[in-house]
Amino acid sequence: MSEVAASTPFNPDPYAIPLDSKFNVAQARLFQQDAHWAWFDRLRSESPVHYCDESEFGPYWSVTRYNDIMEVDTNHQIYSSEGGIAIVEQAEDFRLPMFIAMDPPVHDEQRKVVSPVVAPMNLKKLESTIRERAAGLLDDLPTGEEINWVDRISIELTTQMLATLFDFPFEERRKLTRWSDVATASEESGVVESEEQRRQELFECLQTFTEIFRERQARPGNNDLITMLAHGESTRDLLDRPMEFLGNLILLIVGGNDTTRNSITGGVLALNQFPAEYDKLRANPGLITTMVPEIIRWQTPLAHMRRRALVDAELGGQQIKAGDKVVMWYVSGNRDEQAIENPYEFAIDRARPRQHLSFGFGIHRCMGNRLAEMQLRIIWEEILKRFDNIEVVGEPTRILSTFVKGYSDLPVILHPRK
Amino acid sequence: MAKITYIQFDGTKTEIDAENGSTVMNTAIDNLIPGIDADCGGECSCATCHVLVDPAWMEKVGAPSEQENAMLDLNPDREENSRLSCQIPVTDELDGLIVNLPEFQY
Repeated sequence: MSEVAASTPFNPDPYAIPLDSKFNVAQARLFQQDAHWAWFDRLRSESPVHYCDESEFGPYWSVTRYNDIMEVDTNHQIYSSEGGIAIVEQAEDFRLPMFIAMDPPVHDEQRKVVSPVVAPMNLKKLESTIRERAAGLLDDLPTGEEINWVDRISIELTTQMLATLFDFPFEERRKLTRWSDVATASEESGVVESEEQRRQELFECLQTFTEIFRERQARPGNNDLITMLAHGESTRDLLDRPMEFLGNLILLIVGGNDTTRNSITGGVLALNQFPAEYDKLRANPGLITTMVPEIIRWQTPLAHMRRRALVDAELGGQQIKAGDKVVMWYVSGNRDEQAIENPYEFAIDRARPRQHLSFGFGIHRCMGNRLAEMQLRIIWEEILKRFDNIEVVGEPTRILSTFVKGYSDLPVILHPRK
Repeated sequence: MAKITYIQFDGTKTEIDAENGSTVMNTAIDNLIPGIDADCGGECSCATCHVLVDPAWMEKVGAPSEQENAMLDLNPDREENSRLSCQIPVTDELDGLIVNLPEFQY
């Protein structure tokens, strides 16, 4: 799979090459170097629905404008999620079925079982726990010296949250982080040494949760995710379908982990790049409410979602053929000036900040969107109580992926409130 | 033109003179009525403009489309009288309509 990547000369300037069927934006290096923006700018203005006939992921369509993305996302009868929702294909002999990668009616049945755990009513019960844990973390941080914000706060906080949702043994919670990283790791990322190792670790995840599932089967009544799966009508026999069980675990772990983690980091970075917004926030912490969805737009923690056309269709003047792979680049739609005013500005007081693509739209819209917003709101409320400035003191290190848009390192110095 | 009454979860009532051509969702947004998020801006694709139509008005308001049904189905709090307010156009016939807002949008 890396043969194509290795033979393609890498030039991060999209205007240095012709905009033809070889124009390939699905290169992890572009995202790692934060060089993808101009590529999408060019696609949006010159070829908004663009066919690339050769990439390490095979041929695919790029959909880059907000409205076209909305059209694909909301027409699940034409654009199917069956079989996978990322541009990379799952290995034939290691398919992980999960409801995000299914069409109705099975999708609807399975989603309904787990969605109540992240419903606002349930979130209210979790709010005080999340706040206590966030406060504890922030109180323990050293001030006046350089720390890695990603590891100390973003990862730790989201991992604690995830352990709470699963009612996972708290002292072993970093296993969740590890499984999340392993599940989304590309071959070249260095997270795992080999595909064998990756599978081995994911099987350990399956084993651990199989035990927890059995234990919860015998002990109903709690409202954690595993208890819900163990007693839900369409999921209580999941242990008979281990790959599907693993698939849905990975979905919930990755869905609740990477995305929020990288939005927590992205917010710090954005406020440092737009210091006038940081001033506004300090003067009026009430703006956290509109800042949170703006952070999620600005960061776009998942760069894309992919579909496959079930029938021939027209999209943005292009002829999509049945069977074609269609990639919705949320990261591009969230910078579409035709849909969002001054899209490259990070503005914490937008009038309609929730009009962004980061959660997707239609029946696959992010189930945990309110949980994500709540986590970000709480962390920022607690940050503002304690720190006058979270100063970014070096370049972030970005993740090598066309899917997860995030960071592994952001060096900061904390300045306490005077 | 139709008079529409929005009842908040806490019981607060607001009466609005709604313009034909608008929707129950847009009327709420234009008049800064809290409790409706409308993240997708009226595309029937986020289900955050969920309202509970007063049962006496259900027949006049009508049944949801297939797409709306699919979106409503994502909501664990869906009731018999649940509708997405972006899918209810304002008409003279709806003069007097009462809609209740849920405690949460998803």
